[in-house]
Amino acid sequence: MSKSNWRPAADIATLKLRAKILADIRTFFAKRNILEVETPLMCSAPVTDPFLDTLQIHYQNKIWHLQTSPEYAMKRLLCAGSGSIYQLCKAFRSDEMGKHHHPEFSILEWYHLGFDHHDLMDEMDEFLQYVIQTKPAKKLSYQQLFEKYLNVNPHIIADEELKIITQTNCGIKGDDKLDRDDYLNLLMTHSIEPQLDKDQPVFIYDYPASQAALAKIRQDNPPVAERFEVYIQSIELANGYHELTDATEQIKRFHQDIEKRKKLNLPIVPIDHYLLSAMENGLPDCAGVALGVDRLALIAAQKENLSDTMAFNHGCI
Amino acid sequence: MTSYSTNEFKSGLKVMLDNDPCNILENEYVKPGKGQAFNRVKLRNLKTGRVLEKTFKSGDVLEGADVIDVEMQYLYQDGHFWHFMQTETFEQLSAEAAVVGDAAQWLKEQDICLVTLWNGIPLAVTPPNFVVLKIVETDPGIRGDTSGGGGKPAKLESGAVVRVPLFVQPGELIKVDTRKGEYISRVKE
Repeated sequence: MSKSNWRPAADIATLKLRAKILADIRTFFAKRNILEVETPLMCSAPVTDPFLDTLQIHYQNKIWHLQTSPEYAMKRLLCAGSGSIYQLCKAFRSDEMGKHHHPEFSILEWYHLGFDHHDLMDEMDEFLQYVIQTKPAKKLSYQQLFEKYLNVNPHIIADEELKIITQTNCGIKGDDKLDRDDYLNLLMTHSIEPQLDKDQPVFIYDYPASQAALAKIRQDNPPVAERFEVYIQSIELANGYHELTDATEQIKRFHQDIEKRKKLNLPIVPIDHYLLSAMENGLPDCAGVALGVDRLALIAAQKENLSDTMAFNHGCI
Repeated sequence: MTSYSTNEFKSGLKVMLDNDPCNILENEYVKPGKGQAFNRVKLRNLKTGRVLEKTFKSGDVLEGADVIDVEMQYLYQDGHFWHFMQTETFEQLSAEAAVVGDAAQWLKEQDICLVTLWNGIPLAVTPPNFVVLKIVETDPGIRGDTSGGGGKPAKLESGAVVRVPLFVQPGELIKVDTRKGEYISRVKE
């Protein structure tokens, strides 16, 4: 007789709560006339972000990537005149496994035409109050955040000083392969996140230009990326941009990612020419955001592990 | 010796860090959405007992530490060293007082305890969870007072001092939980 543990990872009450969250998400967008779309999970050219590693499958003598997010396909729809859209789907990220990470997870991504990142943060605030009944969010710029918790200006602190602060705060050895953004990220995860307000969502915006990913860069002094992140109870929940719309700049960002991948010996991925063609045709001005649905359920259900919100987690499939 | 990559880290794994054997107590995977992955690890240095918090880049490798727990019989101490024997092979080894540490106060000759060895060298000694020891010094018992209220200190043959109920007499054997240092019951000879 087989002794496999066939039972669900989540309890039934949590699965019911999860279903209610999904229903409330759909209602939220229906009320705003934002269109639900579905795009393929399989793609030939994945997101180029250096630290997103894909899972791959073989089909018809070709290697396909499982999407790490539906970003590129959704932007092609925007270019084709879809208007504001949202999607609830699965995404896959190789080797991501932990309390708040799971290689297969559920993602909510939405794009609102004519919005910048501040407009979208306002909408996110309403969304969170509607779906999981949070208090109104608090907003801090990336610079204010570092000044508040570490008393440093993240945009101008010297490399050497940043390195020393990180080593003492995060218990990490010097490493030639770590750059400025790695150190800032470590300070964020180790020193700042645990201290963030637990009673209300915290929105952080205007990131260093080097962490723009696909956000517009605003030419302030110093320039900043019009990007934001959402934290609830110290958990990173969502990441949004005032979207880059310039196709030439998009090609530049693709190549920056590929160069970084080469430098760090990470797998090289092809560039998505469908997206480039679409952007040459014209991506309307918009803001977009991706949110971890399992993490949202985790917060609502007051659970510890992401797998506590999943019918079956990677340990029992 | 085997090496372990960050994705094999888990609590209980014994690894080498800065030339010292360590036990992983906690391991947390940390990765911001747009940044690279790290493992936040809490380790106990098995030589000093100190708990350290370290961060490793995903993919970093640590060498495993050859650390094992062996059941051994405590034989005697000679003022400098404590001597133990493996009951199956009769192999003997000696450990310094610093290695025996707090376990010393519970050890009675012939008792079986757990000796933690690193490359064959003793790192720590764990006494049995329960030991039976004779009281060598305590106030005379108050006969009939079995209320359990109050209590008094009692010195045991191994050196430890525990609180015992008032009715317990000098010279009696008692059972003690060594993890909490608590009296459990009297034991008949």
